Amino acid sequence: MLAFLFKRIFVVVPTLVGVSLVAFALIRLIPGDPVLLLIGERGASPEVYQEMKAAYGLDQPLPVQYGRFMLGAATGDLGKSIHSGRGVMEEFQDRFPATLELGLVALMFAILFGLPMGIIAAVKRNSIFDYSFMSVSLIGYSMPIFWWGLILILFFSVQLGWTPVSGRIDIAYDIPTWSGFLLVDVWRAGEGWPAFVSAFQHLILPAIALGTIPLAAIARMTRSSMLEVLGEDYMRTARAKGVSRLGVIVVHGLRNALVPVITVIGLLAGQIVTGAVLTETIFSWPGIGRWLVASVTARDYPVVQGGILLIASSVILINVGVDLAYAWANPKMRMQ
Amino acid sequence: MISKIGFAAASSVAWLNARLNSRLTARKTVLVVACGAALVGTAQSTLAAGKTFVYCSEGSPSTFNPQMGTDGPTFNASSRTIYNRLVDFEKGGTRILPSLAESWSVSKDGKQYTFKLRKDVDFQTTDAFKPNRKFNADDVVFTFQRMLKKDHPFHKINGGVYEYFTSMGMDELIEDVKKVDPYTVQFVLRRSETPFLANMAMDFASILSAEYGTVLTKNNTPERIDTEPVGTGPFVFRKYDKDNQIRFHAHPTYFGGKQAIDNLVFSITPDPNVRYQKLKRGECHLIAEPPLTDLQAMRADGALQVLEQGGLNVGYLAMNVQKAPFNNVKVRKAINYALNRKSYLDAIYQGHASLAKNPIPPTMWSYNKSTSDYEYNPEKAKQLLKEAGVATGFSTKLWAMPVSRPYNPNGKKMAEMMQADLKKVGVQVEIVTYDWPTYLDKARKGEHEMLLMGWTGDNGDPDNFMNVLLGCNAVEGGSNYSRWCQKSYDSLISAARTTVDVKKRTEFYTKAQTIFKDEAPWVTLAHAKVFRAMRKEVTGYKMSPFGTDSFVGVDLKK
Repeated sequence: MLAFLFKRIFVVVPTLVGVSLVAFALIRLIPGDPVLLLIGERGASPEVYQEMKAAYGLDQPLPVQYGRFMLGAATGDLGKSIHSGRGVMEEFQDRFPATLELGLVALMFAILFGLPMGIIAAVKRNSIFDYSFMSVSLIGYSMPIFWWGLILILFFSVQLGWTPVSGRIDIAYDIPTWSGFLLVDVWRAGEGWPAFVSAFQHLILPAIALGTIPLAAIARMTRSSMLEVLGEDYMRTARAKGVSRLGVIVVHGLRNALVPVITVIGLLAGQIVTGAVLTETIFSWPGIGRWLVASVTARDYPVVQGGILLIASSVILINVGVDLAYAWANPKMRMQ
Repeated sequence: MISKIGFAAASSVAWLNARLNSRLTARKTVLVVACGAALVGTAQSTLAAGKTFVYCSEGSPSTFNPQMGTDGPTFNASSRTIYNRLVDFEKGGTRILPSLAESWSVSKDGKQYTFKLRKDVDFQTTDAFKPNRKFNADDVVFTFQRMLKKDHPFHKINGGVYEYFTSMGMDELIEDVKKVDPYTVQFVLRRSETPFLANMAMDFASILSAEYGTVLTKNNTPERIDTEPVGTGPFVFRKYDKDNQIRFHAHPTYFGGKQAIDNLVFSITPDPNVRYQKLKRGECHLIAEPPLTDLQAMRADGALQVLEQGGLNVGYLAMNVQKAPFNNVKVRKAINYALNRKSYLDAIYQGHASLAKNPIPPTMWSYNKSTSDYEYNPEKAKQLLKEAGVATGFSTKLWAMPVSRPYNPNGKKMAEMMQADLKKVGVQVEIVTYDWPTYLDKARKGEHEMLLMGWTGDNGDPDNFMNVLLGCNAVEGGSNYSRWCQKSYDSLISAARTTVDVKKRTEFYTKAQTIFKDEAPWVTLAHAKVFRAMRKEVTGYKMSPFGTDSFVGVDLKK
């Protein structure tokens, strides 16, 4: 197990270096000068322009800039945002909990609904349930998040008045940040259930918008995996031995079918982060997605390269975690 | 709990409905009525009791020091709420009024501006700072020296870039800022420049507290001056929850009187459609930049009101006079006649703009009503092209703006419409575009032939349009995109720049506009209107021609 762990970590380092290089290069490949953008449409003298470029280290050759970025990253210093002047790490820490909270709730929503849908579709193969669940998941998978988010707002918030339109919690609450997870911080602030419900209400629509694609993926994966398992001999044997239909499905079927589904859930973590970029913009969710979009528009090089590196690190970390869990559950994996 | 509710929602929609509705009834009490201390449930929140006003802004501020920002969200969250300036623009207009300075005088040579300061102005008390004295000349000197002097202890703090101050040429203009006595301050200029007073009403001229600076230096936390702001303005900064909310409360001893709203909350909502939905549901009282396509629906909604104002802006097509055939005035006039500008108003601005005739908008003083405009006349255009020796037409490139701006919401579509119009008179146009920074960079270097561009005014002074966009010195500076330098025009605007008498200045600018129209370096396109939408219960709000939002005098009807 330990050897497996080291092997995985050994692969993580070059992956992160690769990600840093791509992030560094990509943002610079997009035309546009961050200093010029900062100066705006009004212009500034060439001296001021040069001074500003030097202040951000952008007057240095690219290899030097990359070297500085990597040296800083190795010591946990990702530089300062050109736009706000604050440290990239500090800005990331301010926003990451909001994204994580939304991502976890979205994933939970996807699992809670995706798994049963996949199981029912497989068990009731070719039935009306199967067709409708799979059609719905196909639609969910192909739905643009931006459009879906607005539809949800129009229907649930404006038409039905069930949920708030956007934001994290009711304006009336001013919750001091402790963990960054509002669902937790409301308790620490001593606000209790009303604040918790308010925070949860604000999470419902963005979590649905963000969780729809993972839900579809989980439902479809569960269905195909379940179908495979349901045809196995041991299933028939168990049934012949007198185990109830439900018992066979849950104890023998689901347990085996879940292995590939867990892997997919791990991979979906990356999708949740990319989806958060759009979801956060629509629902005014103050997370890293919105922060990164604004930074790309502003060509805020340190934020984009540092932010991507941090996101990649967290996605990789989740995947390593999933791999470890998988290896722990399946000894065959450790041998590979 | 989460999973419990999740399952419950699936199995019992009615249960969820009832539960949510019960909470929403409570939250509506806070948001829509927003009067009294009726807060949600048992939550004894830290929001002070009283009226709460929620403003749905379009973006996050980049800083809380307006000296360092250039964007609307920054100004709304700092200079328009927390700070004051020596002079201010009248509410909803461009006239200069006394603010922290109760009066001022200008020396005969126009190089010395002496301001007499108010003696009854309190700085705000915050968690981080409790002032021990009232506002005085030290604060003014501290504020401007910070931007001017590179060796000032606060100059380099938080980046040390004062973009707006610098781009308005204030660093070159101001030679010194002197304290004459505790309530008199004098600005010594290197040259006479009348728009200086209007510049002093701009956001970057907001006055910081010198005493706060001293306290922060002692505590070794000077950087907090821009993140935990202290000013003299109507609202006191309380908290910024990044990209989410900004909270203020009314300044109890504001020299202009305590404001009627006790709590001011900026709910940062970048998507215009979502802002509209929040307004509709009563989650905001006022929204910035409502979606133009929904204005009709908003007007029809009995709970909402839509405000509009002619913006201080102009959209135009600049022709590079340094490149043939645009060096020929007849060709430039021909282009003016060939374009059906009125058709663009509907197609591009959806009717939310007025046709531009002069380089300055009609709301600005010295606007010349009598200049004659170029009507749409392709025949006349052909005739002029013939006279210019290009009867068979010519090929050229038209640069289309890649970004949407109020003065030109869709550069690409406009370029296509222009292409079709110009084809009718034999001018073959190839449309090119770049990403915005590249576009600006190349345009400043004069690499274009024809270019779509626009401008939003800074200080309500005609100089801010007629000199910045068309002056000879702006050719080198890059902001004169037609690269047109005409001596008679330039001497008029230079004279206006150094004349204090408004009547004389008006005369100069009026004449200059006639020359501009006759020389046709631009095709003037449109002055876009600016919109705000708010709930019916909001009173006392007035739109600013600068596009910023101030909450002074705003109240909520019961």
